Amino acid sequence: MTALTKAELAEKLFEDLGLNKREAKDMVDLFFDEIRDSLSRNEQVKLSGFGNFDLRDKRQRPGRNPKTGEEIPISARRVVTFKPGQKLKVRVEAYAGSQSQH
Amino acid sequence: MTKSELIEKIISRQPQLSPKDVELAVKTLLDAMSQSLSSGERIEIRGFGSFSLHYRAPRLGRNPKTGEAVDLDGKFVPHFKPGKELRDQVNDSLHDKH
Repeated sequence: MTALTKAELAEKLFEDLGLNKREAKDMVDLFFDEIRDSLSRNEQVKLSGFGNFDLRDKRQRPGRNPKTGEEIPISARRVVTFKPGQKLKVRVEAYAGSQSQH
Repeated sequence: MTKSELIEKIISRQPQLSPKDVELAVKTLLDAMSQSLSSGERIEIRGFGSFSLHYRAPRLGRNPKTGEAVDLDGKFVPHFKPGKELRDQVNDSLHDKH
């Protein structure tokens, strides 16, 4: 199955809300840019009904180059995690139900 | 940042649209994304990341109140994989502070 992309989201705003193509594209860009900027300021993003984007700081840990077997430390880093909201989880689980019926 | 703060941010940067339109647009986007995932379709946003479904196998669970064993069906759960740009931008924020 194909994936939902920015272009299709913009199309949706054009069709459902009557935004013009320019406005729809800007809107979709701003939506993801603002979420990204918030996360880049180390600020969690909570979108009720959909889910939360959280930040976690990881300490340095030992790693290995899988090709050479050489030990190299994996540096300390900050990562984004997504925790789906209750509403989204329930909707997605319903998909699993519909899959097991055929 | 909450959904209403996100809406406020976009309003301040999007003078062409009325606040009402921005609010409706944000809700429409989130709904389209939920709709896509709940019909088993992935979401791919370049530079931001992708959302897909991960399968969880059926397992034997337990009712925490009674201790009784319950069969739990297999299910799908939403999963997000941050894209390179988001990963890098977030990771840079860690190093900027030190």
